[in-house]
Amino acid sequence: MNYNWNWGIFFQLSPDGTYTYLQLLLFGAGWTLATALLAWAIALSVGAVVGVIRTSPNPWLVRLGNAYVELFRNIPLLVQMFLWYFVLPEIMPQAIGDWLKQSANASFYNAVICLGLYTSARVAEQVKAGILSLRSGQRMAGLAMGLTLPQTYRYVLLPMAFRIILPPLGSEFLNIIKNSSVALTIGLIELTAAARSMAEFSFQVFEAFTGATLIYIIINIVVVSGMRWLERRVAVPGFISMGQPAAAH
Amino acid sequence: MFSNIDWNVIIRSLPYLFFDGMRFTIMLTLMATAGGIVIGTLLALARLSNIPGLSQIAGTYVNLIRSMPLVLVIFWFYFLVPYIGQWITGASRPIQVGAFLSALVTFTLFEAAYFCEIMRAGIQSIPRGQVQAAQALGMPYWTSMLEIILPQAFRNMLPILLTQTIILFQDTSLVYVISVTDFLGAASKIAQRDGRLVEMYLFAAVVYFVISLAASYSVRRLQNRIAIIR
Repeated sequence: MNYNWNWGIFFQLSPDGTYTYLQLLLFGAGWTLATALLAWAIALSVGAVVGVIRTSPNPWLVRLGNAYVELFRNIPLLVQMFLWYFVLPEIMPQAIGDWLKQSANASFYNAVICLGLYTSARVAEQVKAGILSLRSGQRMAGLAMGLTLPQTYRYVLLPMAFRIILPPLGSEFLNIIKNSSVALTIGLIELTAAARSMAEFSFQVFEAFTGATLIYIIINIVVVSGMRWLERRVAVPGFISMGQPAAAH
Repeated sequence: MFSNIDWNVIIRSLPYLFFDGMRFTIMLTLMATAGGIVIGTLLALARLSNIPGLSQIAGTYVNLIRSMPLVLVIFWFYFLVPYIGQWITGASRPIQVGAFLSALVTFTLFEAAYFCEIMRAGIQSIPRGQVQAAQALGMPYWTSMLEIILPQAFRNMLPILLTQTIILFQDTSLVYVISVTDFLGAASKIAQRDGRLVEMYLFAAVVYFVISLAASYSVRRLQNRIAIIR
């Protein structure tokens, strides 16, 4: 391969004259994490609500929840990004549209909202699966003891359901970090975009992408070990084996 | 609100959107699925094999690809494929590769990592006794795999493989980042040429939504049918 490798490029000054290329990549990683974490907060809260109403006794709420999930799951994330960023300001009343377009960091807020709602549909799917995996006797027992339906969810169903779906939620969190790279199409300089611009300015394409890849791998390892720790931390002894064989009694 | 919307722009550009754009998207989806399933199955066999090193190499590849965002993988291959082509053909300089071929290689190798995990689960879902029975009958490895294990694994995993294909269909829109004219790329070109972002992006969203919803609905029906037979 006749390609001139130059790993020292990371410590050279980038064209902006103040930061090295390595620092640019790290800023990008910072935006990636900020986008992913804020979007995750939206995804988890909206997803929990939608997941719960999809298991509620009211058929109209179930239909509403199902429609919400189908809507966000069947449109590609990139198209959703464009809808939030390009289309929404145009179909709003003029004043609001202008305000949306001119606000600072518009692409960041757009990316957070878009990613958050996109992932919330997936979280809702997991939450629903978690609640349905509990024995129906648990809901009945809760109601029979005189808890209201919301209380049954809050104190009986959800604490167990969330523990059961912790592993798939962990991979959704990894997905949201990876999916935040789609925000480069609306101008957010997150990690992939930072690597792309480093490749363009320095012509050291493969070093730039290797750097970004390594940072993604490190983030991945940290998240995976964090999730393992969390799973052990919240495990209810004797109830769910949490991926490990049940302890001998 | 919708006062200066011109829906005619969609009608005018329908041939371009579907014959150029959607054809590219569908071809890419189908070919990458076929290639991805073949390579993914080979990777799954490698991950489950006893040959020293083979399972580690396959595992490293799969984990590496799965920890990277698709956009970054697209950029990687966009720059890497010309060098791979040079290496294969022995040319003196990196060879020019068309947009379609570059995208096809990218998505095939990317999806192979995901199909590998699906096929691995499928192979492991077949009772161990069947492998042992095949060995006891004197069947060589490839015969037992091709005639006994893989057909069942494939069938058990069919709904998940098809769901992954729908995800791939939506993910192909990301070739936008290397300026390839797939369905979304075509819509985006018209949108920018005519200044009709609202109409074109809404239309693109509706088309993707209808196709994906119809496809996932059929997968669910298929799943129920298979579940009854078993």
